[in-house]
Amino acid sequence: MSANIHKNTLPPQLRGWVLPLALLAAWAWAANAGWSDSPLLVSPLAVWERAVLQVRTGELWAGLSASLWRNAWGFAIGASAGLVFGALLGGSRWFDRLLGPSFHTLKQISLFAWIPMLSMWFGLGDAAKIAFIALAAFFPVVLNTCEGLRGVPREFIEVARVHGFSTWQLLGRVVAPAAAPSIFTGLQLSLIYTWLATLGAEYLMASGKGIGNTLIDGREHLWMDLVLLGIIVVGLVGAVLNWTLATLEKRLLAWRDRTVARY
Amino acid sequence: MTVQRSLTAPLPADGIGPPRLLFRPSLNWSVNWLWAWAVPLALLAIWQLASTRGWVPDQVLPAPRTVLNTFSDLLGSGELWSHLNISLVRVFAGFSIGLLGGLILGVAMGLSPLLRDYVYPLFKAFSQVPTIGWLPFLMLLVGIDESLKYLLIAKATLVPVAVNTCQGIQGVPHRFVEVARVYAFSRWQLLTRVVLPAATAPIWNGVRYGLTHAWLALVVVELLASSEGIGFLIVYGRQLFQLDVVLAAVLAVGMVGWALDKALQRTEDWLLRWRKSGF
Repeated sequence: MSANIHKNTLPPQLRGWVLPLALLAAWAWAANAGWSDSPLLVSPLAVWERAVLQVRTGELWAGLSASLWRNAWGFAIGASAGLVFGALLGGSRWFDRLLGPSFHTLKQISLFAWIPMLSMWFGLGDAAKIAFIALAAFFPVVLNTCEGLRGVPREFIEVARVHGFSTWQLLGRVVAPAAAPSIFTGLQLSLIYTWLATLGAEYLMASGKGIGNTLIDGREHLWMDLVLLGIIVVGLVGAVLNWTLATLEKRLLAWRDRTVARY
Repeated sequence: MTVQRSLTAPLPADGIGPPRLLFRPSLNWSVNWLWAWAVPLALLAIWQLASTRGWVPDQVLPAPRTVLNTFSDLLGSGELWSHLNISLVRVFAGFSIGLLGGLILGVAMGLSPLLRDYVYPLFKAFSQVPTIGWLPFLMLLVGIDESLKYLLIAKATLVPVAVNTCQGIQGVPHRFVEVARVYAFSRWQLLTRVVLPAATAPIWNGVRYGLTHAWLALVVVELLASSEGIGFLIVYGRQLFQLDVVLAAVLAVGMVGWALDKALQRTEDWLLRWRKSGF
């Protein structure tokens, strides 16, 4: 990438802005020129005004905080259950033989197919939503924790044995650090999935507040500006979640070459 | 190499995914089989007991026999099959569109740093919003007919395919390209003989995630906005408070998911068969 000489004079850092700005300009122009009187063709300004209104009335924050709160609970429950289950699956042959096949069968069920069942068992309130989000968090954490534990090289454990490590030392000093990158990948994936699941739960169990309900509301009332605002907020939250976990991972796993964590 | 680094950052619900097991218990097959069935059979027994003793009402959890009967009824009357058929057509149509788009975009971004500079940031912003987030927008834009399903499934497929293809091509060792230069390969030869074969494994990974996400997107869109298809069958059962229909349909969803996964694994073994000789 270093020696690329292009006739193009735009510096590389600015190139990424060209397409989005062009799209924005085209959109604004199309909305202003009055191509169609469809209520769906809203101007970028309308989205901005909607954003200001939503922030001022506190509606945006009410929805967003409800969603994030659900997301956090679901993630906490699902990820901690997943860590325990994944550790048992990866660490114990008996456990793997007993529950591994059942687990791998259950994970084939498309995530959202659980919603109708969960809503019949837990109602349409927060309990069902959090149960669903926890389920979404559970699967990737289990898979990656299990994989991380199994990926610990045998030599590491042999060395620890030679040095007379106790079981706790072995787990804390050798196994956990060696499995950490994979476990982090699982947590990261699971956070992404929970955000997806939060939206899905709010669409399909449309009661109460949440950013998903905001989007659905916008669709029902044909408020394109609200829908677009919702999409932007959802994207931003996803990006922030990603960034937070990536930063955390970099801090915690600074000693390790990042590429090892990839598959 | 800042661009390279940003490309390895995880995208939402795409890119990296569940790994496959490296380790298999080495006991013989029948013993493993017995162990594997112990828990499901025990659960089934408890379920049966719960329904015969009336611990839980039928609306909350119908008896296993009811579910099985419903399943065979749905299968026998051809209803299940016609719903499944509709769903599968949707998945493959949307998946094919997304696959083609994702491969083109991924190859283009992988080969041309200039194009990557221009397109990647927009692509990344687009992919930050989960597929399901685009659903209300698309529903407003194109209504709730077939094109909505195709578009949503295509989007779900496109993102992981494009990301993995792009990364895979960038990850092709420079030595390979240098050797090809020495042999004076044309651009086309370079692409088809060197770059694409070397990047097969990551590209294939992208295709796998693409299909998984396509199936996920299909179920969501059918749950929310459809009057036919396997997802609709689930909603329909839910609305009538017939949990046996719901469970039977979920069983079918799980089976198709499993079959798709197996088919992909077989294809992968076939595609990467040349690799085995190396180990």
